[in-house]
Amino acid sequence: MTAERWRGLRNALTLIIGLLLFWQIVYWIVGDVALSSPLATFRYTATLVTSETFATHLYDTLRAFGIAFLLSVVIGLVVGFWLGFDKLSGDAVEPMVVTIYAIPKLTLYPILLLAFGLGLSAKVAFGVIHGVIPIILFTLAAVRNTKPILLKTGHVLKLSRPQMVRWILFPAAIPEIFTGLRVGFSLTLIGSLLAEMFASQRGLGYLLMTGIGLHNIELVMSVTLLIVVFAAAVSTLLLQLDRRLHRHA
Amino acid sequence: MKAVIVYRLVVVAALVAILEVLCATGVIDKITMQAPHLIVRDLYRLLLSGQMNAAIAKTLTNTLIALALALVTGVAAGALIHRWRGLRNTLDPLFATYYAVPVFAFYPFFIVVFGLGDLPQILIAFMLSVVAMIVNTLNGLDRVPAVLVKTARSLRLSPVQTALRLTLPSAAPYILTGVKLAVAYAFIGIIGSEFILSRGGVGYEISFAYTNFDNAIMYPLILLILIASIAINSVLGRWERTLLARRGMR
Repeated sequence: MTAERWRGLRNALTLIIGLLLFWQIVYWIVGDVALSSPLATFRYTATLVTSETFATHLYDTLRAFGIAFLLSVVIGLVVGFWLGFDKLSGDAVEPMVVTIYAIPKLTLYPILLLAFGLGLSAKVAFGVIHGVIPIILFTLAAVRNTKPILLKTGHVLKLSRPQMVRWILFPAAIPEIFTGLRVGFSLTLIGSLLAEMFASQRGLGYLLMTGIGLHNIELVMSVTLLIVVFAAAVSTLLLQLDRRLHRHA
Repeated sequence: MKAVIVYRLVVVAALVAILEVLCATGVIDKITMQAPHLIVRDLYRLLLSGQMNAAIAKTLTNTLIALALALVTGVAAGALIHRWRGLRNTLDPLFATYYAVPVFAFYPFFIVVFGLGDLPQILIAFMLSVVAMIVNTLNGLDRVPAVLVKTARSLRLSPVQTALRLTLPSAAPYILTGVKLAVAYAFIGIIGSEFILSRGGVGYEISFAYTNFDNAIMYPLILLILIASIAINSVLGRWERTLLARRGMR
């Protein structure tokens, strides 16, 4: 067990060092005009993070993301359980949901902007369209693949539908649902950031686009770095929890 | 099976009807959205007039270039990584978290490096789709029956021959799943980056129409993209199912 963990850590470290080396080499090739070196970027990131304006941008992004993720989870679980329960609805709607996953949702953003106006609600709505789909799909699959013997036990005990969900389906489906939440978390984050990049007046995505407008390479790279590190760190953490849940199941 | 299709059609028809009624009664005003039948009519006119042909051609060409690059690189890299244990262990955490990182966040940076041309868009689409190819190729290669590998060894096939004649064909259904994802990702990458910042293409035309409040162009184009991606996805989905059915896997 500890040996396994040690190996995982070593692999992650090798990867990070490799990526940093790659970055430094590209910097040597391309030069100062288009790229800042890892060291310079880290230094700039440190000053950026401590600046006052950054806190408001970060707060804005996190707020939009937080609300969007909460909504995705609630809607995703309700729809997922319903589609998992009702076989006909599930069979009919599931392929449609899968198709929505494959369309470039960015093109739908203008519709949301017209419907909600430029601001928090459009960003939240856009985050939700991204995040809700994996949560629906994973919950649906989890409910449908519950072991028949568990359902039979429920029937024998004459459980009502809400009791069935509370005491049998939900506990049995938790590992799968967690996988859905993990994927939904990443996609909601991507959705909210994209919304900010296309149209908004605040947030990290907006900061990125300002960076291009001002040709401020250090700003662009620092914000990209922060987003990537945050997304990778959270997703690694969730992945560990996910694996542990699946091992117990 | 029949009931399912009827159900699906009813759902779609109901959604369109609701939109139609909301538009007719003025709950959704004209500036926000046009009635669905008007969108279809406008799309027909727009396609007939040919004013979008250049944009459509540009988007399709870039998507195909990115996709072709991703397919070739993805399968080759997958086969290579599969053979090289140490490399795979190192790259596994990257693959596991890859799609959690917003690849579009790199787009501004690519524009700074390569300029505002086609290259940054193709690169974004490539980055999005290549990892789906690699991961699914690895997944398929993991499931190649050991007896095939042994046969290759007793026939003294070279690694390249083994890959081309035995292992890759055996992994084909999984690679096709990768292709399906890669098509979707390439499409998303190109249109998304056109949409954020570019000088042409369907995504650009939509964002241009949006800034000019030109709903007669914006909605038909959005519909066009929806139809295109749904059509491509269902064709590939059907192909995937027949391939799996032939292997007796479904």
